[in-house]
Order: sequence, then structure tokens, then C-alpha cells
Amino acid sequence: MTTSRDESHDPMPFEEWDRPREAWLLSGDCRRPGQRSLLLEMTTRAVFPTVLVFSLYLLLVGHYGPGGGFSAGLVAGLAFVLRYIAGGSDDLGAVVRVRAPAVIGTGLVIALLTALAPVAWGAPVLSTTKLAVALPLLGRAELQTSVFLDVGVYVLIIGVVLDLLRALGTGIERDMRDAGEDA
Amino acid sequence: MLALVVAHLAVAALLPLVSARHRRAAFGVAAVLPTATLLWALANTAPALHGGLTTTTAWAPTLGLTLSFRLDALALAMVVLVSGIGAVILVYCIGYFGAESPEAPRNAALLLAFAGAMLGLVLADDLLTLYVFWELTSIASFLLVGQSGEQREERRAAVQALLVTVFGGLAMLLGFVLLGEAAGTYVIPEILAAGQAGRLHGGVLTAALLLILLGAFTKSAQLPFHPWLPAAMVAPTPVSAYLHAASMVKAGVYLVARLAPGFSDLPVWWVPVVVVGLATMVVGGWRALSATDLKQLLAFGTVSQLGFLMVLLGSGGPLGEISALAGVALLLAHGLFKAPLFMTVGAIDHATGSRDLRKLSGLRTAMPGTAAAAALAAASMAGLPPLLGFVGKEAAFAGFLDEGGLRGWIVALGLVLGSTLTAAYSARFLWGAFARKPGVEPTPVHHRPGALLTVPIWICSVAGLVLGIAYPVVDVLGASYAAPYPHVSGYHLALWHGLGLPLLFTAVALGGGLVLHAQRDRITALAPRSPLDAQRGYELTIAAIARVALGVTGRLQVGSLPAYLATILVAFVLLPGAATVLGGGWPAGQPLYHSVMQVPLAIVVVIAALAVARAKRRFTAVLLVGVIGYGVGGQFIVDGAPDLALAQFLVETLSLVAFVFVLRRLPADFTEERPPRRVRVPKAVLGTVGGAAVAAFAVVLSGARTEPSSTIGEFVRLAPAEAGANNVVSAIIVDFRALDTLVEIGVLFIAAAGVASLVLATRYDRRGRRRVESGQSSPEHEEDVLG
Repeated sequence: MTTSRDESHDPMPFEEWDRPREAWLLSGDCRRPGQRSLLLEMTTRAVFPTVLVFSLYLLLVGHYGPGGGFSAGLVAGLAFVLRYIAGGSDDLGAVVRVRAPAVIGTGLVIALLTALAPVAWGAPVLSTTKLAVALPLLGRAELQTSVFLDVGVYVLIIGVVLDLLRALGTGIERDMRDAGEDA
Repeated sequence: MLALVVAHLAVAALLPLVSARHRRAAFGVAAVLPTATLLWALANTAPALHGGLTTTTAWAPTLGLTLSFRLDALALAMVVLVSGIGAVILVYCIGYFGAESPEAPRNAALLLAFAGAMLGLVLADDLLTLYVFWELTSIASFLLVGQSGEQREERRAAVQALLVTVFGGLAMLLGFVLLGEAAGTYVIPEILAAGQAGRLHGGVLTAALLLILLGAFTKSAQLPFHPWLPAAMVAPTPVSAYLHAASMVKAGVYLVARLAPGFSDLPVWWVPVVVVGLATMVVGGWRALSATDLKQLLAFGTVSQLGFLMVLLGSGGPLGEISALAGVALLLAHGLFKAPLFMTVGAIDHATGSRDLRKLSGLRTAMPGTAAAAALAAASMAGLPPLLGFVGKEAAFAGFLDEGGLRGWIVALGLVLGSTLTAAYSARFLWGAFARKPGVEPTPVHHRPGALLTVPIWICSVAGLVLGIAYPVVDVLGASYAAPYPHVSGYHLALWHGLGLPLLFTAVALGGGLVLHAQRDRITALAPRSPLDAQRGYELTIAAIARVALGVTGRLQVGSLPAYLATILVAFVLLPGAATVLGGGWPAGQPLYHSVMQVPLAIVVVIAALAVARAKRRFTAVLLVGVIGYGVGGQFIVDGAPDLALAQFLVETLSLVAFVFVLRRLPADFTEERPPRRVRVPKAVLGTVGGAAVAAFAVVLSGARTEPSSTIGEFVRLAPAEAGANNVVSAIIVDFRALDTLVEIGVLFIAAAGVASLVLATRYDRRGRRRVESGQSSPEHEEDVLG
């Protein structure tokens, strides 16, 4: 991405500005050396995947202990917040290849489909059941279908946090840059 | 019958596929379904006339909602108009719209969709089904009047038609609900039976009937709601002929006719019907006499005729039998003469490019066929024998003259006056369209109307003649509709009843009409002197509503956060706060704390809260608010709610981050200057009182519950087995109360979209590709926010 921007000719159309551009993992690009915190970047590299895994754990453990889709989504969202703080908006784009509204929509769709799916089996809307399957080595595995609703919530919350980062983080950053203030 | 209605709508939805290949062919395809409907209805004449043909489809059985349809005599008469004339007009459209007309695809689809909605309306057997189709016809009318919406007149007329008819429609819905709840059923025959048996009475019935009549009057363009109908004449002529002459505007008359057998004995029903109907008939006829646009002339004539029909079909009375019979005959007659007259205007417009009767001249010789067909239709309108209009009008006069008494004579004389005006504007129409006028050049005919334009006119006009001669057919139909009224007169439709008052009245009306027409110059001069103008009344009403809305919005949405917050706090202190003080009791035996750990946490929260109020820097304030949140989260842990605490900590963290993001753009300090004391003190007092009220409210409410609610026990019992969860909180969220969760994530989605809108949409002004300084412009580009 170009750092010196021609004010009269915007190289990036407005529709495109929040489209992710970079590859996976911290880009290493930095807005300005003065803003760079090497320690934070290093910690983020280490912590980010761990937090995501932890959020998945929270999502699945919700049925048996504190957790659930909402908390798990917030934890995952906070992982992205950390990425944003450490690496800036370009880095956020590196992690999330899709746009925030699409993530929100996906979550909403998953939740709605979960709600409507029982109708196909003749059950009332939003009813749940337990799916059990015997796996080799692991033995009997059970899955309550309501976990899909939780997955929908999880995805949607991640989307909401990303949207927050997009709007309040990157959006305001651009505003400030356009207004000639220090970002 | 549901299948027929749905087929109309489905074919209408698919019609653009045909239009894409051949625009005019689409009208031909569209005409097939109404024709089939007409044939189906005629084939079912026998069962329809003897008891009616009923089908019911469950819609939402648990709510008692059904889609029920019924073909009886009245519905059959309306189907003839809706589907029969509909098919003819769709064929006429093939000739009317050009091969490349950009309007054609939209009109084809909308006309057929309208035909389906109107069919549903006239076949509906319960009030709610009727209401659904009623509003669908209003929407179709809006779209057909508005057309592409490129011209201001079209938009204005469409909005007026929509506002007036939907206003009446909503009033009518209220009336339907009142009537349905009073009767305990929404099925029309059962309601009528209850009405006839006198089982419904009281203020609720009065209100219900008045509201329903309001709906009928607005839809059928009765005084003082009539101006929308002449305004709607900006629509293409086939649309005017179909919606605003033959079918849609008859919906109000139809509704009155449908309910009259049950309620016409009540003064609250017949007085408004007779008064409004007669006034409309006279005023509409009078206004038609000064119209110069042929379509306007016909539109006011329609208004007048609708008033006439309203009186005949709604007034009931001791000889309601005869007037109902006359009403059905004239209902058919009106469709069969008004549609061809409109189509004639369309043909003239097509051929000469003008509809102004001051400019048209000598068309009688230039377009003799069209002139003859129009003359036949106009004769039926004026009430000349042996046409159906004459047969119906004779019966109308006979009904009210035989009834006698004050009411009978007033109505009969009113009808004569109206019929005189009708004869006069019928003559004016023929004169204006076809006569050779002294001092006006004969109008050049650019292209003669083809068979597609003239044959439909002939079909309708001749049908009026045939039904006039074959009056026993109409008599059987009308008698079947009039069956609920007491049989006392033994009256039947006929061309010749012998010399008598009815014939005299007809002669007076025709003669008077010719005299009025001869005096047309004086009438035209008199016309502008009207003390009241309903159109002006409509405009003033709309302007007043807009002013009130502006005033209310301006006062409520002042754009100041402190003002909003103060409003919320004052409302809270005054309403639930006062209720708490008056009604709630302070719970006895409140321990100061349950656990020692609560004490330090509470102290931290209180200190942080006090410090927030004293903070001068925004960042400090945000951090302190965070401290409060974490402190409250700590309380949750102490009280044994780990799920809640987890969510609280996470949300608190995220809010902190969001605050910090926003703080980058805000000054570091709250304000450079301290506000004066007169601002600070009231704010402090309000904040303190509000906070104290919330706290007291919480304590009082928590004291209202003395033991865990019964649902909690059930949740705990059912969670492992039914929801497969050991964690009850999770079981509640994703299973027992899953619908709440779904709605809440929907709310989250809306909130996220809202935040993005506020922050992003102000950035760009799309039209000029001009960069807008952030913050202050209006968020008008929501699409930017969608990413």
C-alpha cells in the first residue's frame, strides 16, 4: 500500500478501502517506527493463535461450564483487537480475508438455519436434539444440535467486533490521516 | 378459487419474461387468465345463485386465520366486471400501447396482478381475507397511477390515491376487527346472520359500521374523499377504464352491498350511505358538466354513478329488495358503459392526440364506428331504453317511489336530480367528443383506430344492449342477491312496467338533461363559483400533518446528548421512580452484605464512580468507567455467576477498546472551561436523583421476589435431559430461550450496522466524489456502509 497519497486522485476507490490485502500473519509493515512496539508485536504473534483456540474451547465448553457463543465470540474478537493494536489496520486485513458485514451475515444465517432446520424433520422451530455417534478409539461422541446456534452467535459476534474495528479503528484512522492529524 | 387468484399473481410475476420478447404479446397472454376466470364463473352460475360456492384454505389455523372464498350472485356480478371487462381491456391494451412502449411491460404485469387482487377481493368470504386483497388493490392502483414516477403529476396523483384509500382501508380494518370481535367470527355470512338476527348492538357496532363505511367511501371516491379519482386520470386510459371505472372503485360499493343485508336497518348504516351517496351523485354530476378534459368528465361521472350505486345497494329499507335488484343491474350496466366510454377516449386520444372537448370537432364523420359504439354506451349511461341502464334506473325509481314516505321521496327526488345531471353529462360527452362545433376546425385524425381498439368498445357497449333486452338474466342474478331482504313487492326487472311515476321520472331526467346540455354555456360560467373545494381540503390536511410532524420532530430531536439523557432520567424518576415510592415496599431484613469480599469491591466501585464525575481528562474517565465495570463483574463472581462475570469482563474490555479508538479523535480534556454553576448544579442534582432512583428501584424490585421462581426449578430439572447441557445458563440461552437469543443477535447486527453508518457514511459524498470532512454531514450513503 502506498504511504504517500495523492489527495486529488485516490488510488483506492472507496468501495475497496476496507478490502483485505495482505497475507496471513503479522505483515511486519508498520505505520511509523515511532509507533512500533516490538514487544507487543512479538507477544501478539505468540498469543493470537492461542487465544483463537481458547475461544473455540469456550464455544464448545459452553454446555458444561462458563462459556458459550457470546463469550467465545468476544474472546476471538479481542484477539483481533490485539492484532489491530499491534500491527495496525493493514495487519488486521492480513488476518481476516472477508469483510466484516459478510461475517455478521454468515453468523446470522447460521443461527437462522439452525432455528429453521428442525422444520425439515417435522419438529417445531428451534427444537434441539442430541446427535450421538460411535467413533473408533474415542468412543461415543455426543453433540447437542443447539451448538450450531452457538456457532452462529460466535461468528456473528466476531463479525461485530471486526466491524467495530473497521468503523472505529480503521475508519477513524483514515479520517485522521485525511484531516492531516497524527494517526 | 384460491388457485385462480394465486395463478393471476404468479402469471403476473412471470409476465416480464414474455414482455422481454414481445411487449404487446404480454397483454394477450395476460388476457387469457381473466377470460378463463370468467368462463369458470359463468359455468358455476347455478351453484352460485343457489346458496353459493365456498372453498376454505387454512392459513394459520392456530390463529383461526383462513383464506375463504365464496362465489355467490354478488360475487358473480363483480367477476363479470373484474374478469370479463378485465380481459376486454387487456386486449384493448395490445392496440393502445406501442410495440416499443417502455410502459407496456410494467402495465401488463401490474394490470394482471391487480385483476388477481380484485378477484380475491370480490370472492373473499371473511373480512380479513377481504382486507388483504383490498389493500393489494390500493397498492396496485398506486403503482398504476404513478407509472414510472417521472412526472410530478403522476407522483402526486398516485400518492393522493394511496393516502386516501389506505387511510380508509386502515379505518376499515379497525372496523372489521371491532365487528369481528363483537360477532365472534370473521366469516361474512355468519356476521350478516348475526346482524339480521339483531344479536349485534351497542356502541361497538356503531363504531365498527362507521369505520367500515369510511373505508368504503374513500375507496369508492365518495364525498368528501372524491378528488383522488379525477386526479388519478393521469394514468394511461386502459388503467383508468379498468381500475377507476369498472372495478377497483366499485370495491367500496361492493363492500357496502355485501354488508347491507345485515345492517341496512340501522340508521347508523343507512343515513350516512343515503346522505353521502346522494350528495356524491349530485356533486359528481355537477362537476362533470364543467369538465373540459373528456377523461375528467368521465371521472366525475364515475364519482356520480358510484354515489348512485352506494344509495341503491346500501340503503335497504322496507323495499330493499327492489333497490338491491336495481343496484345489481346498474352495477353491471355501469361497468359495461363506463369502460367503453373510457376506451373511446383512449381511441380518440390515440387518433388525434387530444382529449380536450374544446379542441375536438367533427369526429362523428371521421370516426363513425367509434362514435356509434360510444353513443350506445352513453345512452345506457343516460338511461335510454332498451339498454341495461334504463332497466336498472326504472327499478331504482320504482323501489323508492313504492316505499314512499319522507325517506322514499327524498331519495327518489335526489335520484332524479342526479339522473338529470347524468343525462346532461352523457350528452356533453357525446357532443364534446364527436360533434362538429362551430368555429372549431375539424380535428385531423392521424391514424384511425384499428380493430384492437374498436372491437373491445363494441363488445362492452353491445353487452349493455343485450343484457338490457335479455333483462330476465340480470333479474335472476339480482333476485338471488336480494334474497335476504323480505319479499313483499314481487317486483321484477322489465323493459315495460306500464305508464307510471318511474317512467315519468325517467322522462323528466332525460328531458332535463337535454335542457341542461342546451344551457351548457351558462353552466360552464357558473361552475367555478364553488364555496368548498375538496381537493384544497386534502392539500391543507396533508400540509397540516407535515407541519405537525416537523414541529414534533423538531422539539423532540433537539440534537443535544445532555438533553436526551435528561429526558430519559426525568422520565425514569417521574414514572417508575414515583411508582416505586408509592407502591413498592422496602424489603425487610436487607443484610448489608452477604460476603466479606463484596465490601472492598463495592468500595472500589463507589470510589471509581465518584472519581469519574470529577475527572477532567476523557481518558481518565474512560478508564474509571472500566474500573466500575470490572468491579461489578467481580461482584458477579462473588455471588456465584461465572457466566455473567465472564461476559461482563469481556464486554467491559471491548468497550474500553472502543472508547480508546474514539478518543483519538476527541480533545483530551472534557472542556477547556468549566460550565457555569447554573448548568452544573441542575445536572448534578438530576444525576444524583436519577442514580438514587435506579438504586432504590433495584432494591425494591429485588425484594418483591421472596423465593426462586418456579421456572428456574424447571430449567434446572430439564437442562441435562432436554437441552443436553449441564450449564443451565447455556441451556437457557441456546435452547429454552433460543428465540430471544436469535432476536438479540439480530439487534447486535443492527447496532453494528448503525455504528458503521455513523462513522463511515459521512466520509464520502458519492455524487461529486468529493471528500467530506469527517463528522458533520448527513449519513445519506448507507450503501457505503455495506462494505
